[in-house]
Amino acid sequence: MSTETIIWLIPLPPLLAFFLIVLFTNKGKALSHSIAIGAAALSWLGSMVVFFRAVGVEHFGKEVFQSSINWLPTGDTWLKIGVLIDPLSAITLFFVAWTVLMIFIYSVGYHNYGQPKGDHDRPGLPPHGATTVDEHGHKHTVPSIEPMYSRFFAFIGLFAFGMFTLVVSDNLLTMFVGWEIMGLCSYLLIGFWYGKPSARNAAIKAFMTTRIGDVFMLLGISFLYSATGTLSYREIFTERVLSVLASTATPILGLSAAGLIGLLLFIGTVGKSAQWPLHVWLPDAMEGPTPVSAMIHAATMVSAGVYAVIRMFPLITADFTGHGLTTTMSIIAFIGAFTALFAATIAVAQNDIKRVLAYSTISQLGFMIAALGIGAYVAAIFHLVTHAFFKALLFLGSGSVIHGMEHGVLHTGDHSIDPQNMFNMGGLRKKMPITFWTFLIGGFALSGFPVLTAGFWSKDEILADAFANGHMAVFITLAVAAFLTAFYTMRQITLTFLGTPRTKSAEHAQETPWTMTLPLVILSVFAIGFGWVGIPEEFPLLGGLLPNWLHEFVGGTLAEHPEILPFNIMPLLTSLIVALGGLLVGWLVYRNVKSVEEDKLQIKVLMNKYYFDEIYDFLFVKPAYWFAETFAYKFLDQTIIDGFLNSIGGVAQGVGRAFRKYFDAPVVNGFGDLVGESAKRIGKTMAPIIQRGRIQFYMLASLAVAIIVAVLYYFLLA
Amino acid sequence: MDFISYHMLTTILLFPVLAAVIILFLPRDEIKVIRWAAFFASLIPFALSVWLWLRFDSNAAGFQFTEQYPWYQAINSSFFVGVDGLSMTMVLLTTLLTPLAILASFKITDRVKAFMMLFLMLETGMLGVFLSLDLLIFFVFWEIGLVPMYFLINQWGSANRNYASMKFMIYTMAGSLGLLLAIQMIGVSFGTYNLPELFKLWPVASELKNIPLGLPIETVKAVAFWAFVIAFAIKVPVWPFHTWLPDAHTEAPTAGSMILAGVLLKLGAYGFLRLVLPLYPAQAQQYAGALAFLAVMAIVFGAFAAYGQTDFKRLVAYSSINHMGFVLLGIAAAARAMGTMNATFALNGAILQMFNHGLSAAGMFFLVGVVYERTHTRNLDELGGLFPLAPVYGGILIFTSMASLGLPGLNGFVSEFLVVRGSFPILTVYTVIAMIGLLFTGAYILKGIKKVLHGPLNEHWVGHMTEINTREIVVMVPLMALILVIGIWPAWILEVINKAVTMLF
Repeated sequence: MSTETIIWLIPLPPLLAFFLIVLFTNKGKALSHSIAIGAAALSWLGSMVVFFRAVGVEHFGKEVFQSSINWLPTGDTWLKIGVLIDPLSAITLFFVAWTVLMIFIYSVGYHNYGQPKGDHDRPGLPPHGATTVDEHGHKHTVPSIEPMYSRFFAFIGLFAFGMFTLVVSDNLLTMFVGWEIMGLCSYLLIGFWYGKPSARNAAIKAFMTTRIGDVFMLLGISFLYSATGTLSYREIFTERVLSVLASTATPILGLSAAGLIGLLLFIGTVGKSAQWPLHVWLPDAMEGPTPVSAMIHAATMVSAGVYAVIRMFPLITADFTGHGLTTTMSIIAFIGAFTALFAATIAVAQNDIKRVLAYSTISQLGFMIAALGIGAYVAAIFHLVTHAFFKALLFLGSGSVIHGMEHGVLHTGDHSIDPQNMFNMGGLRKKMPITFWTFLIGGFALSGFPVLTAGFWSKDEILADAFANGHMAVFITLAVAAFLTAFYTMRQITLTFLGTPRTKSAEHAQETPWTMTLPLVILSVFAIGFGWVGIPEEFPLLGGLLPNWLHEFVGGTLAEHPEILPFNIMPLLTSLIVALGGLLVGWLVYRNVKSVEEDKLQIKVLMNKYYFDEIYDFLFVKPAYWFAETFAYKFLDQTIIDGFLNSIGGVAQGVGRAFRKYFDAPVVNGFGDLVGESAKRIGKTMAPIIQRGRIQFYMLASLAVAIIVAVLYYFLLA
Repeated sequence: MDFISYHMLTTILLFPVLAAVIILFLPRDEIKVIRWAAFFASLIPFALSVWLWLRFDSNAAGFQFTEQYPWYQAINSSFFVGVDGLSMTMVLLTTLLTPLAILASFKITDRVKAFMMLFLMLETGMLGVFLSLDLLIFFVFWEIGLVPMYFLINQWGSANRNYASMKFMIYTMAGSLGLLLAIQMIGVSFGTYNLPELFKLWPVASELKNIPLGLPIETVKAVAFWAFVIAFAIKVPVWPFHTWLPDAHTEAPTAGSMILAGVLLKLGAYGFLRLVLPLYPAQAQQYAGALAFLAVMAIVFGAFAAYGQTDFKRLVAYSSINHMGFVLLGIAAAARAMGTMNATFALNGAILQMFNHGLSAAGMFFLVGVVYERTHTRNLDELGGLFPLAPVYGGILIFTSMASLGLPGLNGFVSEFLVVRGSFPILTVYTVIAMIGLLFTGAYILKGIKKVLHGPLNEHWVGHMTEINTREIVVMVPLMALILVIGIWPAWILEVINKAVTMLF
């Protein structure tokens, strides 16, 4: 099969799986997950074939795989859509295919496949466990299978379709299609347990917050399309088009057209990748099942936001001369760096194991965005890939922990224990060794544990880039954020796995089945190994042992290959200090903490996430609802417009009534009645006078009338 | 067969009335026979329009399948019908939705015969508007459509039906008044009501035979322009002429709402495209800003008002105002920059949006009806938690809602994208403001889903809220299939629209 054909086919199996499951196999759980995993495996296979073919092409980037077809007729021309694999999409495809497949497999175990049906489980609520009786007649409560098991696989299939579509697209329109389909799926999956009010609200919050970004993005796409007449990346990223866009002025902020379009598209990313100030949805999105959290927060959706900015990098930097950031780039760098630090400070005070990771994700995405803002293209991609691996690993690991804890909760029967609260855990390393070791690898990668882990190399490169180009504010902010990252990660590991169990449930926690641990193991291989493909050539001792393949390969996406930074000891030292320092401090502070009261960092403002939810609720959500219900509907439509109409109706009725009362009734009717009545009355009075029955009288009267008529005729008419 | 193929349009147009007459002679108590007769009768115009669609040559300019018969010779008005790419799509939409609406009303047991007859007459009225190429005939059909709809709301509607039907009738009649006067003026001035001729004469006319009050011709044209615009704006409906719609939609029986939203609103938009733009290009350009303003108000306030509803059907009704706003925005943009590439985008989007809204709104109203039939309430606060009771229904509702929301991959996105793309360079500020409406489209759609489906299993409706049945699924399947097909592969229909737009404007 030609490479182009394979690329076209990559997104289709998960979509097909979605339709098959929804339409036909909803009842069959094993069949449904087989179809979904089979589909993910097919897409994975296609992606690997394409990726390795791409790696095999010399100067890939100049040469790319692409093919397109006519899609929308627009006047005399067509809007084309198609697929494109260049180095950027090849490497994105690589990590997406791996993480997606792992998450699919993991979901089988996570949703308790093979377990009995729950006693009181209902669709829309998480399974509560089932009672089983063993051969000795003892009753046990064991985890029960998810009631909407098949539906889950259908949804994540659609989700995977959205992500693959986004990655293989050669244009902004189909990219946006994939982008929004993922938005829908995240809504459906966050609200998967729609019976829980929190899940319901989180789903809507996620959809609406990201939609704020999306409408800006749609504007950006429209602007770009009308300015260039095309949406295809490779047609836009030509020198001619870019220089036209860079030299066209717009009335907003003194931006060039390129800068403004870049900014509009970036706002889309702010929503999708949960950057400040649109970050609020992501922590709440933890309401979804954990594989979903991994899917949304590591492998696909939030990565897609960063991917979009990376994709638009040539446009964003079109009027960048190399000296001094453009307005758009400064905004991007600021938001990225600010978010990185801001989210890290919140993560420090979270007690829910998944929420820590959620804020950590926001923070790490901030690193990538900041890197792009200062022009560190390769470093951003590097961190995107390594983060996808180790954050997927961490989320799946946390899911495994929660699962183990739930087992303990069911075993002890003490349902007051929140299986997600880290202060209820402790000592899990012995109960769940595979989960522990893989989580440790993921956590160290996230912290940037030197040399060994992938996270170190990618994070170091961002810091090095910021330092080398003199963006000291960004450098310092990110360094502080990196320190906090290491700190809260170690806090999490210490509270969860080290020490002794703090609750009975933690004592009875249990390692999860192989379907859950196998993905953890595979992902941890990448969480370590993927860093080695991007070791800088000039790195002391290690540099040059392995070629810096990543830089060579990914850099080829741009028209001009980005230059390799000269080595500097300062950022390296900084990386080492913040990572090791953070880990050490985290361990020292939390190794003896017994309960939540002993935690010094339970600071109210941090725990409440700087009150952003409350502020937004007060500033936007409540006013919007008031505006909708009270102003737009009750006041404007019902009072003003309908009031006006009804008053016209009222006036018309009033006039009608008045007409009837003062004209119709007295005048018209009155006149008519008068005529009739008078005739009657005259008749009545006259009858006895004139109708006397005497013939002479009649003749006399006739004569009189004849004379009167004759006289009248003579005098009046003649 | 030859007779039919030479008189294809009149056959499509008059067959429903013929069928209504036949149904008149069926025994009144044979409800089943009447239902199926009406259903099959409405399938025939649909089959014929599909045939027409396949035979239609989208590359040919001008009108096709034209037929002309003398009608009112004293004033030189003739029964003149024909189709082009613009009316073709609308005819297809009408003939598709009518059988579905009839199928949707199989639950009606009260005076079935009258109901079905009115429905078929309604179809003729609507088709007549789309097919007419004579101004006077256009007006006649425009008014004919009103009458059956009035009775459908007034006789088979819910609690507040008297008020709603009256409001609907009077509102539309008020608009028609100016329209009739303007039509008469044009007709009398040129001695013809023939549209293709008028398209050539009227826009460039520099003097008129009988100008009332000796006004300058520009003023006369401007007044006539606004007379047309208001008549059509009421029908679309454009803010602030929209308040009849929530009442009429909410009180109408399910099938009536389907047709109201699906087709009747399109009559107004069609009037803009067929008559206003070709007849008044200069005035349309001059007042494009005003039209865009109204469109944006409809988009924004429609979305907000929908969000503020507690009645499920009213919520869907307001969504129509929001969506039809995009049609008018596209038209306004095109009016401002007629003949440019951007205008083509905007008009392609507007026309496709008409078709798309026809599908999704009809579907939404039907789905509201499905819940209402089972629970006898439309109050969002009383519903909720229905998803576990009717998962298939829930899936269908989410799918259709997403089409309405404009989710990429489904039809609504394509048309909204085209409108935004077309109007952005022409009416930038208005387009940007319209985005607020687009944002809140999401808010009200999600509110609807949340309030109806989500929540823990609703004990109150156990036993009442049964799963959607086969007949109801059959109603939804064609709509959903088209929604998906147009979302993924819009070219088949957009090519016809696109060619019509490039030739017409």
